[in-house]
Amino acid sequence: MSTNQETGAFDLGDASLKEHRSSRSGGANYAVERARPGLPSTSAKRLAKGLGWFSIGLGLAELLAPRAIANISGVSNKHTGLIRLYGLREIASGITIFSQNKPTEGVWSRVVGDVLDLTSLGVAATNPDAKLGRVAFATANVLAVTALDVICAMQLSSGSNRGIHAKGACIVNLPPEEVYSFWRDFQNLPRFMRHLDSVVDMGDGRSRWKAKGPAGMEVEWDATIIADVPGEVITWRSLEGSDVDNAGAVRFERATGGRGTIIKVNIEYLPVGGVIGSTIAKLFGEEPEQQLDDDLRRFKQVLEVGEVIVSDATLLGTGYMAQRPGQPASAKELESAEMLPSETATSYRSEGRYTER
Amino acid sequence: MKANCWYGKTMLSVEEVPDPQILNQRDAIVKISSTAICGSDLHLYNGFIPTMQRGDILGHEFMGEVVEVGREVTNLRVGDRVVVPFPIACGNCFFCKDELFSLCENSNPNAWMGEKMFGHAAAGIFGYSHLTGGYAGGQAEYARVPFADVGPIKVPDYLSDEQVLFLSDIFPTGYMGAEMCDITPGDTIAIWGCGPVGQFSIRSAFLLGAERVIAIDQVPERLRMAEAGGAETINYEEQNVYEALMEMTGGRGPDACIDDVGMEAHAPGLIFAYDRVKQAMMLETDRPHALREAIMCCRNGGIISVIGVYGGFIDKFPMGSVMNRSLTIKTGQAHVQKYMRPLLQMIENGDIDPTFVITHRMSLDDAPKAFDMFKNKEDNCIKVVLKPDWDGMNGNVKDDSYTVVH
Repeated sequence: MSTNQETGAFDLGDASLKEHRSSRSGGANYAVERARPGLPSTSAKRLAKGLGWFSIGLGLAELLAPRAIANISGVSNKHTGLIRLYGLREIASGITIFSQNKPTEGVWSRVVGDVLDLTSLGVAATNPDAKLGRVAFATANVLAVTALDVICAMQLSSGSNRGIHAKGACIVNLPPEEVYSFWRDFQNLPRFMRHLDSVVDMGDGRSRWKAKGPAGMEVEWDATIIADVPGEVITWRSLEGSDVDNAGAVRFERATGGRGTIIKVNIEYLPVGGVIGSTIAKLFGEEPEQQLDDDLRRFKQVLEVGEVIVSDATLLGTGYMAQRPGQPASAKELESAEMLPSETATSYRSEGRYTER
Repeated sequence: MKANCWYGKTMLSVEEVPDPQILNQRDAIVKISSTAICGSDLHLYNGFIPTMQRGDILGHEFMGEVVEVGREVTNLRVGDRVVVPFPIACGNCFFCKDELFSLCENSNPNAWMGEKMFGHAAAGIFGYSHLTGGYAGGQAEYARVPFADVGPIKVPDYLSDEQVLFLSDIFPTGYMGAEMCDITPGDTIAIWGCGPVGQFSIRSAFLLGAERVIAIDQVPERLRMAEAGGAETINYEEQNVYEALMEMTGGRGPDACIDDVGMEAHAPGLIFAYDRVKQAMMLETDRPHALREAIMCCRNGGIISVIGVYGGFIDKFPMGSVMNRSLTIKTGQAHVQKYMRPLLQMIENGDIDPTFVITHRMSLDDAPKAFDMFKNKEDNCIKVVLKPDWDGMNGNVKDDSYTVVH
């Protein structure tokens, strides 16, 4: 199992997000735009190089002639030490830009530097020695460069995140026809996909999906089936107006020697909240490939055993952070447990049913 | 209910915890009448198994009375007296169908941990870290038993708890250790480790047709128990094991060797110090002295049967000896479900009486004391049986007398 965020090169057939054009504006659409090949543009890289030279030039000037710089920007020339330090920072940014094939970090470091410069200018303006006109001129210049830096950095960053791709496989002890039928009845999917709340089949190959996004966010989308070959393959793609643009394919292959079915799943989605959203989700242990792997394990359990198997430790989920001790849960803990077979989840009785407490 | 909970290296506490309940439809709840401390519990106790969490209930050798069953459990009724196998197995997957129950694909919800550590995960196990599922163990008053329609077997009333309790682990484990040796008449089997599992391997090897069994350990009472089971013995503190075995077998070596020791081997002299230091520095996780020695001693073309528990990585593994001499290594956590019925039959036939291994009976409340005693082999301790409702004087099961026998 692996994710490939860089190239997005996997075979979804017609379902690939690269083919997916959404006319809607806003976050998701922005993400889809970024998913198109061709970004980051060479112009962004060229701009980055220009900014790199600017960094080195300004840095050298600050380092070698701090008094002149102080004069031009109208700040007190008592702070030549600080200006020299800023010069070193500029040079470091420049070197970072030139040392990277894709200078995303270098340009972002310039943005951070810009903020520092602007703050320093703001502080300098309050100094009685400051020449306010010159400080304002310097500030305007820094603001202009900051704008360039931000645009360039965002262009570079957007190219590195074309959406998340996760793939996984499992083997189930049943013939492909049966495994296919279970999956094709999309209403079964929430039984093993922990993040799905519901899937409603609206007929005509269309379905409505409700899921839990990062940080408990509710997300919703409609999907349509692209390809559907009984016993072999199902591919789908979200429709316009989705909270989460996504596409996926599941293949069913007969295992050797009548040993059941190999299920191969590819999913691509543009995370809610873009780059930041997916980073935050990862911090909370929502690693997409791990999620898919867990879902497939539960899929196998539901098909082979009839339900999702829980242990005391995994009542709240199977991640590192979710583990509770290997001892029975209290009634209160059970209330918040996920993936319990519905009947027992509601029928548990009070603690201490066997022993006097 | 009361349960023996783990709180860190050599830190145990018997405390009140919530009662278990049915979580899956194939679960049963068992009221535990007898439970035992396994040698492999000492690996947890000594902090050598990763993925333990404070509050984990220990214990995977237990039996008792069914007090509740899930909707899908049709072969058991409330009131049935059952012995529970330590691996949790679904009975439906590829491996269960092949009777490799300890490799069940569906019983370990934490399989991802096993995949990261071992490449693939094994079955869930009661009370044996989160790596094996994070199930509460059986050193408690009650336990939830998943796949109760596959694992537990009903036992006849005329057999005492102590006669059947070890069907849960050490008898099948010792037996599988011997069975993996593919014993043919005339074979000589060497067995490293005379703990409870080793004792059952000795007796099983004879039951399977071995002509000679040579048992290796250094604890006098364990060697005496091995001799009582018909084995010749080598005390590795007194004799060089390789030389002794070569002398006994005319230089050829035993036909098969069983490692009933596992990851915390003791050894004389420098080699023990070497492994202990590497283990302490995390350069190896397991001390494989017994395994190394078994490999070097085994005859050409022989079988190495590894039933002692290993958890991670070992060092100085004599692969050249294995390859050049056509050795076969067989391993595994016991597929207990496969052995319970035939071994119960042997007990019923009187071929073996598993109670011979018990040296101590104690209350569940005394579990921490019992672990300490077992670890340090105090009071000639070989096997401890814990009873949740032990009254300290007389047993409550049949004709057993609950006094320390040694």
